[in-house]
Amino acid sequence: MSDLAKPAPVEAPAKLKITFKERVALWRDSDLWLSFKSSPVAIVSATVTLLIVILALMANVLAPQNAFDPVALNLLDGFSHPMERGAGSGMLFIMGSDEQGRDLFSALFYGTRLSLVVGLASVVFSMVVGIGLGLMAGYLGGRIEMLIMRVADIQLSFPAILIALLIFGVARSLIPPQQYETTAVIVIIVAIGLSNWAQYARTVRASTMVERNKEYVQAARLMGVSGFGIMARHVLPNVMGPVLVIATINLALAIIEEATLSFLGVGLPITQPSLGTLIRSGQKFLLSGEWWILFFPAMMLVILALAINLLGDWLRDALNPKLR
Amino acid sequence: MNEPVISVRNLQVEFVTRRATLRAIDGVSFDIARGEVLGVVGESGAGKSVTGAAIIGLIEPPGRISGGEIVLNGRRIDNLPPDEMRKIRGRKVAMIFQDPLTSLNPLFRVGEQLIETIRTHLPMNERQARNRAIELLTEVGIPAPEKRIDGYPHEFSGGMRQRVVIALALCAEPDFIVADEPTTALDVSVQAQIISLIKKLGRERGMAVMLVTHDMGVIAETADRVAVMYAGRIAEIGPVRDVVQRPLHPYAKGLMGAIPTLEASASRLVQIPGSMPRLSSIPTGCAFNPRCSEVFARCHVDRPAPLPVNGRRVACHLYDQTSAEIFSAEASR
Amino acid sequence: MLAYLLRSLTQATLVMLAVAFIAFSMFRYVGDPVASIVGQDATLKDREELTESLGLNDPFPLQFARFLGNAVQGDLGISYRQGRPVADLLVERLPATIELAMLSAIFALVFGLGLGIYAALNRKGVVANLVMSLSLIGVSLPTFLIGVGLIFLFAVTLRWLPSFGRGDVVSFGWWTTGLLTESGRKSLIMPVLTLGFYQLTLIMRLVRAEMLEVMRTEYIKFARARGLSSRAINFRHALRNTMVPVITITGLQLGSVIAFAIVTETVFNWPGLGALFVKAVEVVDIPVMAAYLMFVGLVFVVVNLVVDTLYFLVDPRLRSGAVVPAR
Repeated sequence: MSDLAKPAPVEAPAKLKITFKERVALWRDSDLWLSFKSSPVAIVSATVTLLIVILALMANVLAPQNAFDPVALNLLDGFSHPMERGAGSGMLFIMGSDEQGRDLFSALFYGTRLSLVVGLASVVFSMVVGIGLGLMAGYLGGRIEMLIMRVADIQLSFPAILIALLIFGVARSLIPPQQYETTAVIVIIVAIGLSNWAQYARTVRASTMVERNKEYVQAARLMGVSGFGIMARHVLPNVMGPVLVIATINLALAIIEEATLSFLGVGLPITQPSLGTLIRSGQKFLLSGEWWILFFPAMMLVILALAINLLGDWLRDALNPKLR
Repeated sequence: MNEPVISVRNLQVEFVTRRATLRAIDGVSFDIARGEVLGVVGESGAGKSVTGAAIIGLIEPPGRISGGEIVLNGRRIDNLPPDEMRKIRGRKVAMIFQDPLTSLNPLFRVGEQLIETIRTHLPMNERQARNRAIELLTEVGIPAPEKRIDGYPHEFSGGMRQRVVIALALCAEPDFIVADEPTTALDVSVQAQIISLIKKLGRERGMAVMLVTHDMGVIAETADRVAVMYAGRIAEIGPVRDVVQRPLHPYAKGLMGAIPTLEASASRLVQIPGSMPRLSSIPTGCAFNPRCSEVFARCHVDRPAPLPVNGRRVACHLYDQTSAEIFSAEASR
Repeated sequence: MLAYLLRSLTQATLVMLAVAFIAFSMFRYVGDPVASIVGQDATLKDREELTESLGLNDPFPLQFARFLGNAVQGDLGISYRQGRPVADLLVERLPATIELAMLSAIFALVFGLGLGIYAALNRKGVVANLVMSLSLIGVSLPTFLIGVGLIFLFAVTLRWLPSFGRGDVVSFGWWTTGLLTESGRKSLIMPVLTLGFYQLTLIMRLVRAEMLEVMRTEYIKFARARGLSSRAINFRHALRNTMVPVITITGLQLGSVIAFAIVTETVFNWPGLGALFVKAVEVVDIPVMAAYLMFVGLVFVVVNLVVDTLYFLVDPRLRSGAVVPAR
């Protein structure tokens, strides 16, 4: 009662500004974090993924050899076995070397980095296209919605590889041959990105349809404000959960897709090595006994994809309202 | 002759969860005689359905029967091995559920489901079973049974479907049947028909019927005796006329007061304040004490045992002679 | 019933037209058909004459119609790279792909169904959990790696199976099959395993999930309350109900096996349509790409029709025109 007699404080009430510490505390209490802590699978796969990402990004710094600079290579080092010293330079090749004396351990850093970059970029691309089209379909309804959803349905029944190959082929025919190499990365990102947007569109459209009928959207329209913008601001936070799950699983798929395309010879060129191109080169030597050239990149690919997939699986279960 | 068909004594059912062990049923006892209908009423979550499921042996882990016994025609059935229990299910005890649409497999014809059940329990060939199925359909009141026996569930109306469900339950001539909210999913006009069908069949075949419902009106019309359940325990159990017209337990009083009748004056319906406690936080002493208008000190401490009063059993300290010193006026009611 | 089938047919036609449209657009507008035929040295006049004779100046719908007409009659243009009619190339390589695809589909179906049902019924079992974990790894393994791994194990190390090609094949008219020769059969084993593996994991997980859902329904509970045997409940009731959604999804999956074959064919040097397509993408041979697209579209549409019909036969609720819930 005596508080009422005091003059009101001048600064903003303390409760409106949450300090960083309090924010962290809130986060720690959340369902998601608790679920994460209690799942050994999630912790392991998240750690592994994070480790790989960090190592890959620091390829320049960490790799013992700049694997793709011809100057750094010594032909006499060629075909060194794992844990053997090179005959030419005396360098220790932890994972062996390929026919040009390239250190596979270093090559793995660079390869993983490029695979990750391509994967992430294509996922972002898919997300933008998918969310955009999903919002449009949900908000505008009618013919446009039907069209977009039909296309999405049909696209979902074809394997992504086929679509990516098609787009790649079409892009190739539009670009003069001299520029194939320089544009390869962009083309791959667009191709993989365009082959995977449909899942996002479906989910976002469903949420948009629910929001569209709510009153605040009608009210905004009456006031002349674009209902679309307001709805996007409300739909997107709600839909982030499922979108994140799709994105994680999509990432693993995108990385595998890129590897497949490169392996088939229609992906990245040999001068821009990714895990896929490394495996492709490695395959040539499999039959003659130098198994390590294929083995290590292949292992890295599997571990990466598996860790991301497990993370996505855990995320899906953790965010599923039915299981709470 | 007077041996009850089914006798439940001190039944306890627990659910073991990560956080705590929850007692869904805590010391429930009752008997049902041949041809008798025992109504079991209570709010959602009081344990009515769990009791039925326990008798028929359909409690799934993490739930289990943790105490007491269930005796059917003199034979204990709560501790039987699974295949023995399976033989009894359908043959000696039967159960029907609330929603006839989801109780029937939509992909199989009605006749197929009937014949399959008949032949599981009785040694008949296809033709004999089919004839028997037609007889059953007639008995439950399905017109033109020879034609309708080949129909699919979605081709029947709600009431007809529930009749089919009843026919399925009666295939092998069980001695005891649990009807778990059999009319809740049906239209009001159809409810009365189904209820009287159940009662009639029980009488004619000498079955003991346990009718679980939250609809007091149905109980008042159909049951011979009624058990009022609260938080996994029986608050009051006795002949239906007595319990409905002159309820003793404060909770039962509240329930009966809440039945709208045509004769009652247009005053407000009685409401019991508060709500039934969750299984994880059942109060000590009498489970009803937070909401009871006649609560006193002992109610918070001792759990009341069912006491015989005026031809029924009531679990309430108000009727306990030892509290008579404190409330002598009420004890002589 | 007629209405349902008619609707399916109409949808099928529309999809086919859409696919053909895309194929045609690629065919006509991507790259320069004229340049590919006449080469660099042609004069402007030659080019114009060719453009006119090819009908490339006609209005779009007319060209599209002509394209469709040709396609239906089997004329799919000439491959830029190989100079041969595309249709011939397709027919030559079709049997290899179809044989591979069908065997893989059967493999995936049989084992996927079996393992899925087993995993659902023995939910808590050690073996079931092991199988499910392996399936997760299966989803993370790229098909080409499986192929390479199998080659390394069985062809290089153990030398039991050939590492590429179809082996000896027997021809019947324009069809060839490897099933009748020993080397043909041996050559089929690894590609079928590789192609079928991914499908198998998908089917297995789907069947398990669906069956678990079905086991939780009221009608299964009632069946148990009636004292039906576990065998009757699991295999007569639950299985039949599981099949309904499984048929739809599985059917569509298997329809795209043909397209999935692209990778497997490349790894094993299998002379099929998939390998043809990859080569075409590499050298930007548009007519082949377009023709392959139409072929895959056709397969997809036909499989869709078959699945729709099957669905209709299996679920009695559809026959009387009732609205169908999920199961």
